[in-house]
Amino acid sequence: MTGANSFSVSGYGPERAGWTRIFARDSVARRLDWPILLAALALSLLGSLLVYSATRNRTEINQGDPYYFLIRHLMNTGIGFALMIGTVWLGHRALRNAVPVLYGLSLVGVLLVLTPLGSTVNGAHSWIVLGGGFSLQPSEFVKVTIILGMAMLLGARVDAGDKKYPDHRTVLQALGLAAVPVLVVLLMPDLGSVMVMVVIVLGVLLASGASNRWIFGLLAAGAFGAIAVWQLHILDDYQINRFAAFANPSLDPAGVGYNTNQARIAIGSGGLTGAGLFHGSQTTGQFVPEQQTDFVFTVAGEELGFLGAGLIICLLGVVLWRACRIARETTELYGTIVAAGIVAWFAFQSFENIGMTLGIMPVTGLPLPFVSYGGTSMFAVWVAVGLLQSIRVQRPMSA
Amino acid sequence: MTNIPETGRTPRVQIRLVVIQILVLSLLGTLGGRLWYLQIREGAAYQKEASGNHVQQVVAPAVRGAILDARGVPLADNETRLVVSASRTDLLKQKDDGKAVLTKLAGVLGMSPEEVMLKVRLCDAKTPQPCWNGSPYQPIPITDEATAKQALQIRERSEDFPGITAEPEAVRRYPGPGKSNTAQVLGYLSPVTDDEIQQAKDGDSPYLRSDMVGRSGLERQYDKELRGKAGVTRYEVDNLGRVIGQAESDAAEPGAHLVTSIDSRVQRVAEYELDKAMKTARQQFDKITGENYKADSGAVVVMEAKTGRVVAMASAPTYDPNVWVGGISAKDYKALTGKNSDYPLLNRAIQGQSAPGSTFKVVSTAAAVEAGYAWDGGYPCTSSYSVGNQVFKNFEGESFGPISLGRALEVSCDTVFYGLAHNEWKKDGGIHPKKGQPKDYFFKAAHQFGLGKETGVDLPNEVTGRVPDRQWKQSYWEANKDAWCKSGKKDGSYVEMIAYENCLEGNQMRAGDEINYSIGQGDTLVTPIQEAVIYGAIANGGTMYTPTIGKAVISADGKTVHEIKPKSHGKLPINQAAIKGMDEALEGVVTRGTAAWKFGGWPQNKIPLHAKTGTAEVYGKQTTSWLATYSEDYTVIMTIAQAGTGSGASGEAVRNIYNAMYGVQADGSIDNKKALLPTPEKNLPKVRTDGTITSPKISDDPVKDVLSSPSPSAPADGTQPAATTSPGTGNSNTRRRRPRRRGSRRMLT
Repeated sequence: MTGANSFSVSGYGPERAGWTRIFARDSVARRLDWPILLAALALSLLGSLLVYSATRNRTEINQGDPYYFLIRHLMNTGIGFALMIGTVWLGHRALRNAVPVLYGLSLVGVLLVLTPLGSTVNGAHSWIVLGGGFSLQPSEFVKVTIILGMAMLLGARVDAGDKKYPDHRTVLQALGLAAVPVLVVLLMPDLGSVMVMVVIVLGVLLASGASNRWIFGLLAAGAFGAIAVWQLHILDDYQINRFAAFANPSLDPAGVGYNTNQARIAIGSGGLTGAGLFHGSQTTGQFVPEQQTDFVFTVAGEELGFLGAGLIICLLGVVLWRACRIARETTELYGTIVAAGIVAWFAFQSFENIGMTLGIMPVTGLPLPFVSYGGTSMFAVWVAVGLLQSIRVQRPMSA
Repeated sequence: MTNIPETGRTPRVQIRLVVIQILVLSLLGTLGGRLWYLQIREGAAYQKEASGNHVQQVVAPAVRGAILDARGVPLADNETRLVVSASRTDLLKQKDDGKAVLTKLAGVLGMSPEEVMLKVRLCDAKTPQPCWNGSPYQPIPITDEATAKQALQIRERSEDFPGITAEPEAVRRYPGPGKSNTAQVLGYLSPVTDDEIQQAKDGDSPYLRSDMVGRSGLERQYDKELRGKAGVTRYEVDNLGRVIGQAESDAAEPGAHLVTSIDSRVQRVAEYELDKAMKTARQQFDKITGENYKADSGAVVVMEAKTGRVVAMASAPTYDPNVWVGGISAKDYKALTGKNSDYPLLNRAIQGQSAPGSTFKVVSTAAAVEAGYAWDGGYPCTSSYSVGNQVFKNFEGESFGPISLGRALEVSCDTVFYGLAHNEWKKDGGIHPKKGQPKDYFFKAAHQFGLGKETGVDLPNEVTGRVPDRQWKQSYWEANKDAWCKSGKKDGSYVEMIAYENCLEGNQMRAGDEINYSIGQGDTLVTPIQEAVIYGAIANGGTMYTPTIGKAVISADGKTVHEIKPKSHGKLPINQAAIKGMDEALEGVVTRGTAAWKFGGWPQNKIPLHAKTGTAEVYGKQTTSWLATYSEDYTVIMTIAQAGTGSGASGEAVRNIYNAMYGVQADGSIDNKKALLPTPEKNLPKVRTDGTITSPKISDDPVKDVLSSPSPSAPADGTQPAATTSPGTGNSNTRRRRPRRRGSRRMLT
């Protein structure tokens, strides 16, 4: 497997010294997927500017320091980057052995949220406050561990060459593995995360080659579940309103309707080139709530215009496009499933987040990967980037 | 484990990965498309919305200009009052829509809770006053008469009164100097409506939500000048209303002042005399109806004969214009406009119209001259005039033998005019006029005298009156014949018979129609202001001046003075000789004619007065009295509905108005010190360098100053009773009645 003291992966090329070794042919650095890396970095740095623009005047939350959120966002990016390097260094295959532990830890994390340790932020009871201004959102990590766990189960027998496709029993096990944390997150309730996880499960099953019956069965179950949830009043009113008001802001003009409306005004007023960074009146006037986190895209829309906001979509497109390629090109089903799961995750979460600011998706509390302010989310997406890189790096070169 | 060959990949997974990739791309494409839609296609609309979001307007209302009388005495100005207002938006946020707060507020203000609730509801088509017809987002004034103590109670316990404010504000005031009222001339204000804001949006003088708009009278006519321009400061604000951007401001421009030709003292005298004359008339017994005169409405106009400037204009019944200030109460509004009100909002000097009676004879005289009748021809003034089987009698059966046109006017001989009108009617072809245009001298003259159309006085909603010429008869018949033909009966009641006749020939000019018309009876309608123009024109030698009340508009800083010059709108259609003849005849009315019994002892050699009395019959009502008079400089017209004869009802009052203006004492001597306005005020009030306008002190009640002597209607010659309703023998034809006959549904005077 991997050497514990080396950044290169054993079995590939001769050992070289210094940074030349890093960039040598067949070195890890050479084999990294640079477009993903650069796009993710660009998104994170762009995100720091947008977060700064949204928070520099919000004295009631930035503790009087205009750079409070900027610095933290950059720190989060740094930590995320380090986590990525660590992930690549360990390698996704090595991590496969740790999946049970990681899964268990993340499950404990979400369960802790349900205990008195958990706290509610913006109506979502999905946080664990660590003190010192730090808090964790364990559901973010669950997204990673569901992918890893399901990939481990579904890929094992296929990669071993025993089967062509995962059998029903394995699929059932994998679904069970995903269901436990999904149910816990549903209880929080953190509906946005549940939606992402369901999409992840779908993506994973698709990529695993599992029978079409599972795919369609799952879709039907999802639809049925949604209807049941709605009919049985399992959700609070505010959640139903959030869902309905994106299409009809007048349903909840002071609440969600206000958010969507202001978000749309902010983005719409940006025009082609935007008002200029730090010059958006909607942003400066703080008309859009949660603008550094869930609604960060509105800052880009207003201040950077169609070009800037379009750039963010393009950068996300680069990440997703390359991730799809990684999924396709790796020969190991485990890697394919992990990459596809990450694609499903990023794609849906980005679509949902940007879509809600554009008024085409219901409003849920989901961050925009890399761009939104939020430590746990940042760490999780960078770990995912690390997994993608690792899958690419460890792809057999001989073929 | 590490070297699984690529061939191990199954096509199913590969295909599904491609599907995933396509799905992902289409999601991103959707976002891009939606982004394009919002930012590029709809961008402009959102930019507009965004700017509306951040810009808050702070409106500094412009102080409305004052309305001043000819000497600078304010008739309408502003005062600072404590205004208690309620914000509907804040009230509706409360659980009970603010009922509890309003009830509490009513307690503090000493009003009933219902009254307060009514004031804050919004007007719509079905909601009667009181209601708020301004913007629902604007604070609604509940009272502007809060005491300092009440205001303090509200302010200090603001948490108990969410949505309620108590602020000092400049509010319109109608001070009524020297007990004058001038209500209908001044008009009133009410908040601007949404429709008006929309309409004036793109004009050069757009309204603001908080604007008050003139609704009638001078306040409406000169609204644009008086209103000024509110100052607007636009701030960029954040979502909590905190100012974050630069302010952009237009300073308020206070409204200009309007100097009028009204003299508040003469106005007071005119109002007082009109009121007194009406009260007196109500004490008089009407022989015809067998009850006292109702004297339910009246008007008086005092106008400068040589300029058309209105010195006083009073209308009765009247009201206190201050009821409008700060929103009118339900009770007050009902009293002003309800079915049982006597419609005191009407300015009867320009909106009241009735048949002119004998005051119309100046028109008929002019028509006769036009038609070629010699001034001095001997026209038979017989005691009656017969047409077919109809007999038109002269007043009280008087007869004066053959007389001149001037004498006919002076003694108001009906039969002379009957004869002339009948003659012309026959010349025009009788009931079936000749082909081509009938000459219609009598009707043409009325139009040339400005009847049947507005005089153009600078007040809104002036009515036109009516000249019942052939054209009018035709259109009136077309509009009514169906009803007439349905209800008419040949041998029914009087009304049914008239309807029957009208059904058959109501579109034709019958002999009786023209005969009646020649002495101002029948369907003719005139307004007091039209009479003022006509008699003013006779006084000044033939020029019809457009009556004006506004004399000058002076900017708030006093630097720009826009004078409103007298304007003529035509000449009387008669030559100077005829005017002179009429002038002499009308003087004769005062010295020996129908008005003489009210003007005994008048210093006629110093202040020559001219007059014409009139008594118009109105079907089903008591007669309308008219008295049209002029001196060298002034025209005074008074009319009172259901009050008897022109001289009987108004003679004393009109004389008292002249007394006051010229300082004529009871004994006929002239006291120049007591004269209020012996010659018209030519100058504008002085404007001080700071823009304020000087005004003389005004006494508490000019009526008391000039009426230091007892009623002058106990005349020196003692031949006439002071007040009477039955015209004494030989004292003129002020009115008269005869049995109603076919074809003469209106009586003559």
